Amino acid sequence: MDAFLLQILNGLDKGSAYALIALGLTLIFGTLGVVNFAHGALFMIGAFCAVTLQRLLNLSFVTLDPSQTDFLGNPLKVETPYIEAWFGKAFGNALIDWSVPLAIIFAIPIMVGIGFAMERGLIKHFYRRPHADQILVTFGLAIVLQEIVKYFFGANPIQTSAPEELTGVANLGAAIGMQLPYPLWRITYFLFASVIIGGVFAFLQFTTFGMVVRAGMADRETVGLLGINIDRRFTIMFGVAAAVAGLAGVMYGPILSPNYHMGMDFLVLSFVVVVVGGMGSLPGAVLAGFLLGILQSFASTTWASTTIPGINQIIIYLVAIVVLLTRPRGLMGRKGVMEE
Amino acid sequence: MSKSQLTRRGLLKTSALAGAGLALPTIFTGRASAYTNEPTGGTVTLGFNIPLTGPYSEEGKDELRAQQLAVEHLNGEGDGGMISTFSSKTLKGNGILGKKVQYVSGDTQTKSDAARASAQSMIQKDGAVMINGGSSSGVAVAVQSLCQEAGVIFMAGLTHSNDTTGKDKKANGFRHFCDAYMSGAALAPVLAKAYGKERRFYSLTADYTWGWTQSASMQKFLTDEGWQLVEDIRTPVGAGDFSSYITPVLNSGADVLILNEYGGDMVNSLTQSVQFGLRDKQVNGKNFEIIVPLYSELMAKGAGDAIKGVFGSANWTWTLQNEGTKAFVKSFGTKYGFPPSNSAQTCYAQILLYADAVERAGSFEPCAIVAALEQNTGSLESIDSPSNKGYVFDGLGNGKTLYRSADHQCFKDMVVLKGKDNPANEYDSLEIVDVTPADKVWYEPDNEMFAGGDLGKCNNGA
Repeated sequence: MDAFLLQILNGLDKGSAYALIALGLTLIFGTLGVVNFAHGALFMIGAFCAVTLQRLLNLSFVTLDPSQTDFLGNPLKVETPYIEAWFGKAFGNALIDWSVPLAIIFAIPIMVGIGFAMERGLIKHFYRRPHADQILVTFGLAIVLQEIVKYFFGANPIQTSAPEELTGVANLGAAIGMQLPYPLWRITYFLFASVIIGGVFAFLQFTTFGMVVRAGMADRETVGLLGINIDRRFTIMFGVAAAVAGLAGVMYGPILSPNYHMGMDFLVLSFVVVVVGGMGSLPGAVLAGFLLGILQSFASTTWASTTIPGINQIIIYLVAIVVLLTRPRGLMGRKGVMEE
Repeated sequence: MSKSQLTRRGLLKTSALAGAGLALPTIFTGRASAYTNEPTGGTVTLGFNIPLTGPYSEEGKDELRAQQLAVEHLNGEGDGGMISTFSSKTLKGNGILGKKVQYVSGDTQTKSDAARASAQSMIQKDGAVMINGGSSSGVAVAVQSLCQEAGVIFMAGLTHSNDTTGKDKKANGFRHFCDAYMSGAALAPVLAKAYGKERRFYSLTADYTWGWTQSASMQKFLTDEGWQLVEDIRTPVGAGDFSSYITPVLNSGADVLILNEYGGDMVNSLTQSVQFGLRDKQVNGKNFEIIVPLYSELMAKGAGDAIKGVFGSANWTWTLQNEGTKAFVKSFGTKYGFPPSNSAQTCYAQILLYADAVERAGSFEPCAIVAALEQNTGSLESIDSPSNKGYVFDGLGNGKTLYRSADHQCFKDMVVLKGKDNPANEYDSLEIVDVTPADKVWYEPDNEMFAGGDLGKCNNGA
């Protein structure tokens, strides 16, 4: 029973990342009609926002300490972060320690900016082109972004740590008399993802801006005929989608040390999530994200992988095939999306 | 429309002529040289095949630094590094056999097919007489067999699978790096001493040749010490999130977790295990422990605090206190500003060993070099075995070392390391717990974990 619940938790956690990425993908697809293969790269850039902030906070000046020696026997170079020198040791250390959550603030303007630049600079020119062209150009963009990140940060994974207070393990089962130890940071990630998902839905549901966007998703032309500049709003939604993917990446750093190709690893799965959830359906994307996360978790258990070797690698695709055969529009897909 | 002057017959004639013309030089060179890429001018070209992209590219870059340093030292530039401490005194800083050493490099991308293609290009287009480097056993096995077919020497870089000098061994290939068997043999007694004889272990294993042999070796030696295997789970390479593999460990009754993982997988599986609180757990009345059988300094850096107190093994480490190591760390550190890694040292040593073998053979002919590296110059102490013979050398950082002629595998002392609790600087993350003497990690060439292969005959190619 404990093991079962733990795998559900694992699934929710993995599912959080899938759901956030798939949510952004669906937003872009639903509004602009573009299949954005560079979306995984946005997730990766988000993670590197955290890495960058961590590096900025750790910028140090060097003093020579003649009383100690380095590995070659020269006087030891002692590095002190500027931030410690300016704000005192305790506050400086706390800032560095909390660099991942702080990176949320740092990442939002950057991600929105990158989203705008991508949409206005490149993707805009591909609206009237076939989906295949859009896929090729965004895929190419993803590779370019990856290589840029690799040039500056190298190919090895870079460790980003969660704040001291949020590392360690919490026993989630204490109230019901069970042993359910789960890492605090993963719980934080799940809560964070829930807040973001809730926020996006509330924004679309309860604001005038959101209402117009939803109307535009349903019938772009009519909204345009009413004299509303729907393109501008869609560009803003592209920025929002980029920020959602970026934030998913920022907070994922302590779980998976960021490396330059982490985006690609998530992108393919997120596309399956979107297809299973139903193209263009936001609740579908979230539901399918959590569902596939949990399924993948169970497929990786000892029992599953010894019964059917390799099941952990293919389960998601098997489910996708079954769903598409029985419900060709996905779990919550609407009629008329991506159909002539 | 322009009218083409070319007829079908004309085209055929021209291409036949062109083909013959293109083939002509190779016919002549084929007759003129006795072996592949015989160096005729004043220079000789070495081929460095390293991962510059892909998950192991940091290792690749460090290998290339060491290779460039070795070329400088062979050509008499810099401080000479380990040439002055090397027991063989054939290298004079005047190149190899008086020819200036130059090099070409190729990117293996940590993929077997890309690695074969880049090695092939260096052999065919650039005239490389020897291929060195690499950071994956899958790649090493593939490139080794290519070199065997092409008739050049392969001096392997970082490759740790038993298969490289086991079932996939080749006469033209040589490995200086240790293997999975040696890691198991060196680690098990240290672990039994530190954690007791009554332990139950669970292992997560990277699902490819290296992981399999690593896992089999650890199981053999740990069960010999009285430990019990609870479960051995294979994880896909590049799994990323290991949570689904780690949570079953929590309630499995195991009190030790062995991570047969490398590169980014090692970093992720280790940090995530620590996040799940495994290091703070008490199972069967004992502290839960994590072990990483193969350590790399570059990965230790990536894992940060998670490696504190974690045991592992290595082929070499820069904090060893022998003359060769000191000389190498000094020249590498002076040139690049940080100490060299495991993979750098093995590549550097392999290049010097190759150059020395050529000098002793008096020729670049592959079969002569194989004979020089197989030459029986002695044996290791306290090992009573007919296979304990081959080329014996010292001063390349690992103490007295035997290049065993029976399978082209080096035997030397193994280093057992542990993550330091209070590192003095960012390069000081690992401390040496034990240096296991070569006779404790010795095995016979027909050992069951290495059986099934055959060196075959050396190939001169051409």
